[in-house]
Amino acid sequence: MSREAMEYDVVIVGAGPAGLSTAIKLKQIDPNISVCILEKGSEVGAHILSGNVFETKALDELLPKWQEEGAPVKTKVSKEKFLFLGKSKSFSWPTWLLPPVQKNHKNYIISLANLCRWLAEQAEKLGVEIFPGFPASEVLYNENGSIKGVATLDMGLDKNGHKKDTYQEGMELHAKVTVFAEGCRGHLGKEIIKKYNLDNGKNPQQYGIGFKEIWEVNEKQHEEGLVMHTTGWPLDNKTYGGSFVYHAEKKQIYIGYVIGLDYKNPYLSPFDEFQRFKTHKDIRKILEGGKRIAFGARALIEGGIQSLPKMYMPGGLLIGCDAGTLNMTKIKGSHTAMKSGIVAAETIVENIKNKTDLSIYEKKFRKCWAYKELYAVRNVKPSFSWGLILGIIFTGVDQILFRGKLPFTLKHKHADHKSLELANETKKIEYPKPDGKLTFDKTSSVYLTGTNHTENQPVHLKLKDPNLPINYTLKKYDEPAQRYCPVGVYEVQQEKFVINSQNCIHCKTCDIKEPSQNIIWVAPEGGGGPKYGNM
Amino acid sequence: MKILVAVKRVIDYNVQIRVKEDGSGVNKDNVKMSTNPPDDNAIEEAVRLKESGKAKEIIAVTIGEEKAQETVRKALAVGADRGIHVKSDNYIEPLGIAKVLKKIVEKEKPDLVFLGKQAIDDDCNQTGQMLAAMLDWPQGTFASKIEHKDKVIEVTREVDEGLETIQINLPAIITCDLRLNEPRFASLPNIMKAKKKPIEQLNAKDLGVDITNRIQQIKVEEPPKRKSGIKVANVAELISKLKNEAKVI
Repeated sequence: MSREAMEYDVVIVGAGPAGLSTAIKLKQIDPNISVCILEKGSEVGAHILSGNVFETKALDELLPKWQEEGAPVKTKVSKEKFLFLGKSKSFSWPTWLLPPVQKNHKNYIISLANLCRWLAEQAEKLGVEIFPGFPASEVLYNENGSIKGVATLDMGLDKNGHKKDTYQEGMELHAKVTVFAEGCRGHLGKEIIKKYNLDNGKNPQQYGIGFKEIWEVNEKQHEEGLVMHTTGWPLDNKTYGGSFVYHAEKKQIYIGYVIGLDYKNPYLSPFDEFQRFKTHKDIRKILEGGKRIAFGARALIEGGIQSLPKMYMPGGLLIGCDAGTLNMTKIKGSHTAMKSGIVAAETIVENIKNKTDLSIYEKKFRKCWAYKELYAVRNVKPSFSWGLILGIIFTGVDQILFRGKLPFTLKHKHADHKSLELANETKKIEYPKPDGKLTFDKTSSVYLTGTNHTENQPVHLKLKDPNLPINYTLKKYDEPAQRYCPVGVYEVQQEKFVINSQNCIHCKTCDIKEPSQNIIWVAPEGGGGPKYGNM
Repeated sequence: MKILVAVKRVIDYNVQIRVKEDGSGVNKDNVKMSTNPPDDNAIEEAVRLKESGKAKEIIAVTIGEEKAQETVRKALAVGADRGIHVKSDNYIEPLGIAKVLKKIVEKEKPDLVFLGKQAIDDDCNQTGQMLAAMLDWPQGTFASKIEHKDKVIEVTREVDEGLETIQINLPAIITCDLRLNEPRFASLPNIMKAKKKPIEQLNAKDLGVDITNRIQQIKVEEPPKRKSGIKVANVAELISKLKNEAKVI
């Protein structure tokens, strides 16, 4: 039986900065092109989480009048700090000694979720159709192997896959070009990278897990426009990561932590490292007496151009963090994601009008500033595999003296899921108990995300081998899913592996870090997952 | 038969509510908003009556700010035929809402008015009852099952003691319980069709009813934090604690 189908010129999967930029640019070039965006969040922005210090370069190109038209991009960066943290000490690095790419004086402190909501309004004004609450769950192929479109998920199935009274069959969306813009580790992106061998000859992709909390603090502790980054404690020299502390509008602090998912100790808990980080005296003094009002976590992509897959395939494009356009040295990906989306729109128009092959996308993207930017910072992340100190020294030479022009490219050697050492060869990490004021447990944190999935639906975290967690991963690695999942979805209870999928905040860390790649993240019923407000 | 369904835009039930620092209300900035859950049941029931051939037209009405239109749009996407949006940027108490709805009822002359039993934001549980009184219509509140029989309607009500079944004459007011049905999902084609269905816009001020609020809100506070529980070693300790610390026995 065939499903109902709708035809569009362009179907975009994901209403993030990349997908929305593609949609807006398409309509600006040719209002007659029909464009539809599928978004798995219950509304645009609900699944967006980012620092975020925003570079406006791509927005300036896309919507030059953004300021007059009321884009939520308002708080200019006024001051910068960079701290090396020791357990009880800190050392402030003079900002004039920072590599130029890490300077932020022209940038803005924003909520990316709110920017996406605004971009969605602009897109809708131009006639783009956006459908929140409809995850694309399946890639459709033509007989000749090209991409035909996507299908939305069936709704109203019970946990055994049987139809409930509310059952509604998924729909097919056919397009001349399908754009995958799901963000880091998109589950359809993963499928097409494999199907079309897009990562052939590339380094394994590198990821990180990022946390963010929003705090409301006293006026005295707040300095609107101040941007601070730290590295060092509580992570050891071998583990890649650092924090951000942004003083946003309305006496709010956006505080977060990013840890490279190539960490080695299976006992490391990224969530608890972030909580512990807040107890450092220099951080505590910013937050003390304040109130945590939001929490979230999301994997991010760090591989840069060495790991960037081919971004085109017959009938489709892979853009933004779904491909991996984030600039890790800048700790920014929104502007490059948007630019990749703008270039995608230009490519698609040529494809539809002149039948030009989509492969011109690669040439166009390589010529644009976003690629040049990524090229210049390509050696920074891999140099940190030598440890924090050597990484910093190398970065200084590479970025300040040579401005990214050293005549070689360092490689990423391993995929993140291969980096864990065996549990019996590593030291357990004891994390301090949360105090409920400055530090928190996972339960109260997931509560703040507004996460919910309809009960009685198929579990969206699939195990390739259901016995592997207990028979293998528990013995070898003491089942690290209990610790790398930021919200405690995975538990081992009396020799049983429990998946509390209703708590899943769609960060994708399990899909990336599971040592045997045994956990597969698929889209749950539409509208599920977190309901982020101003993330 | 013509059915009027009242829907309200409220903060989504999954969102953790945050009280404003000055105690003047709750924070609504960029918070996810949704249709009040029992209103979804109200729409669903109306649509089912239409599907069974008993109703001809469904009108969804909402009262609120500009964005409340989205709530009407959603009702249109699951099967309402047209919408009415009565604009008001300020909060209106149930009495004012009931007066506005009465005006709409007088204009549209429906045979049935469906409402949610209460809204999850103010938990008032008053509008349906007030509207029934003002119109002098029979009411079936907290409905968990309804059966339409020609000129009467049988309503099974969720009451404290169990279930109560009453029979009321039409026209009538029904307020819906969450147990009434399981609301359907809006499908993509229906969402698109809903974009083309008409929504009439009115202004609350222009309806000639007094919607002045009469209740003065003094303060909004967060409920006190629940203390974490403790484990006791034995029954004796439990009894001693209940007696001496909790002082409940």
